[in-house]
Amino acid sequence: MASFFDLKARKAAAANGASSSAEKKTTENPRLQPWVEKYRPKTLSDVTAQDHTVTVLQRTLQASNLPHMLFYGPPGTGKTSTILALAKELYGPEMMKSRVLELNASDERGISIVREKVKDFARMQLTNPPPGYKSRYPCPPFKIIILDEADSMTQDAQSALRRTMETYSKITRFCLICNYVTRIIDPLASRCSKFRFKSLDQGNAQRRLEDIAKLEDVVLEEGAVDALIRCSDGDLRKAITYLQSAARLVSATAGGDDGDGDKMDVDSKSITVKIVEDIAGVIPDATIQKLVKAMRSRDAFRAVAGVVEDMVADGWSAGQTMTQLNQAIIYDETIPDAQKNRITGVFSEVDKRLVNGAEEHLAILDLSLRISKIMAGR
Amino acid sequence: MALIVDKHRPKSLDDLTYHDELSKRLRSLAQCGDFPHVLFYGPSGAGKKTRVVATLKELFGPGVDKIKIDARVFQTSSNRKLEFNIVSSIYHLEITPSDVGNYDRVVIQDLLKEVAQTQQVDQSAKQKFKVVIINEAENLTRDAQAALRRTMEKYSPNLRLILLADSISNIIAPIKSRTLLIRVPAPTHDEICKVLAASAKKEGWPILSGLHKRIAEKSKRNLRRALLMYEAVHAQNEKVTDDTPIPDADWEVLLGQIATEIVNDRTPARILTVRAQLYDLLTHCIPATNIIKTLAFKLVDLVDDDLKGEVIMFAATYESRIKEGTKMIFHLEAFVVKIMKMVEEHLMSVDM
Repeated sequence: MASFFDLKARKAAAANGASSSAEKKTTENPRLQPWVEKYRPKTLSDVTAQDHTVTVLQRTLQASNLPHMLFYGPPGTGKTSTILALAKELYGPEMMKSRVLELNASDERGISIVREKVKDFARMQLTNPPPGYKSRYPCPPFKIIILDEADSMTQDAQSALRRTMETYSKITRFCLICNYVTRIIDPLASRCSKFRFKSLDQGNAQRRLEDIAKLEDVVLEEGAVDALIRCSDGDLRKAITYLQSAARLVSATAGGDDGDGDKMDVDSKSITVKIVEDIAGVIPDATIQKLVKAMRSRDAFRAVAGVVEDMVADGWSAGQTMTQLNQAIIYDETIPDAQKNRITGVFSEVDKRLVNGAEEHLAILDLSLRISKIMAGR
Repeated sequence: MALIVDKHRPKSLDDLTYHDELSKRLRSLAQCGDFPHVLFYGPSGAGKKTRVVATLKELFGPGVDKIKIDARVFQTSSNRKLEFNIVSSIYHLEITPSDVGNYDRVVIQDLLKEVAQTQQVDQSAKQKFKVVIINEAENLTRDAQAALRRTMEKYSPNLRLILLADSISNIIAPIKSRTLLIRVPAPTHDEICKVLAASAKKEGWPILSGLHKRIAEKSKRNLRRALLMYEAVHAQNEKVTDDTPIPDADWEVLLGQIATEIVNDRTPARILTVRAQLYDLLTHCIPATNIIKTLAFKLVDLVDDDLKGEVIMFAATYESRIKEGTKMIFHLEAFVVKIMKMVEEHLMSVDM
């Protein structure tokens, strides 16, 4: 408390803080941005790997007409990026505000919002672009309402949209974005032209990651890109986040070493496969093998219980354990197919339980014991 | 008098005694000015919270220690009023959204947006952003987690989130892909012994490596439990030696009794008495999950080898039903009856 009343000290501290933060501003601001935002595609042609969708949309860009759209596909495939890039190309930075309304799950989206906010925006007359602006951007005569994460909207809210979409279709286009197209009620889906976003293939993701790494001066070790892609299952956003986290770790630890003044290797700054797997929370193969071995041992219960207890204490997540265990068992040639069939059934049941929030220790132990029983042929 | 768990809690990253690699990583993250959203996960008693507090201190300096508790009132869309407690310092907020059950989405939406839209007040602060710590993130509803998604991206200049979770199975993929995941493994037995020895030194207790080792094993690598046990041993005994018995928690003793009774006496009358005992445990706020888990592990020690797998299978089945249903006692009783039947049948088949 003493320092609180010490005005001089506080002023000095404030001055210090202000000056240092001012310096920081110039140097660090670009770094503060998540790379996911920084490298979001700025134009439609930047969007990777969704060739079909991009060609269709580019044609509409030239024709200055747009249907209602429904984008669906797994996370991290560029749905939001595509529509934002499209909107930017259509309206340019100045008209974006008045022509585009973006709503997502972080906004209240109950039925009342659909009735009021969305309807009001849809009803609003168009403002004219400033003179000369039209030569640079097409500025077609309609507004766009983006409903991101539309699959988390309630059924009622979705049905409230139905008529609105039709009534104001002259001056407003809707773009719904969702992961699961089945959660969108049929009447809405039938009013939109659907675009499926497929998960990224190896080559495209790899190129994008390498580009970013080059732009950010990150050295990737041989195989690190593959590890990134493997750990992220076609989700480019996840891969980029992992890349950034890994880069942070590497640069941070390297910085600390410089301070100590003993290590200055260039090698220590490159991202290795191990760092990537560490960040992604992948369980080491040895641990999984130990579990499988315990399942096959004669006194299965004691062995499995011990290994599982250690794994839970080490904090490995049950979901990850299941994924990796599943892979280990499915690709194991020594297990007969009939047993594999039954094992798969067990996996699906335990997965359901975990999703419902069951206790992880019991669930994993149950899973392992049941598999070991099936493998023992009983 | 504070408990030694709180009294000897490490206050800064330097004081942390184990996971040195992790501490180093956290320090470099805090110092490089570019702190990401973080999700800490690991079993309870591994030291997640301690690490978060230490990291905050590294980020902002001693200001984070001056905390106050606010009670805020939120209004849901159906005009229900929610009371909600927030622990805050000038640099950070700490919330436990699962306190308000299904309405956590309202809290997340309102509170985070409010925090995110105001900038750091203190101009001399080390960082431009504020930190919001979300406890028990694994209990957040899907809606609340979905609400977090865009908020995390949109307001990243003003706001960093630190999520704490026991497991990441219940956290939706979009959140995982937006945060840096940090796993905090439970301390090993040796590490627990070291911590106990350090605490003993501070308290002026004799250092008994045998006792420490036994406590470490009994605590199942949960440091908080180990420290509490250690204090309990010292509180109950005048003179502590290497082979002083470690007292069990009351409820564990009771569950041990129940387990023995179930295996030995498989009659309807016994079900009634067990039922009363289970009710007793539930009214003393022992979570049903803990009851069934402990009971299962006690039973496993008592039954025949062939039955062990089945005990665990039934425990897992009924545990998941507890989570889905609402009346816990039904599922607990069903488990007990199932075990009785199983043991009975097994004995019959052995006799024949």
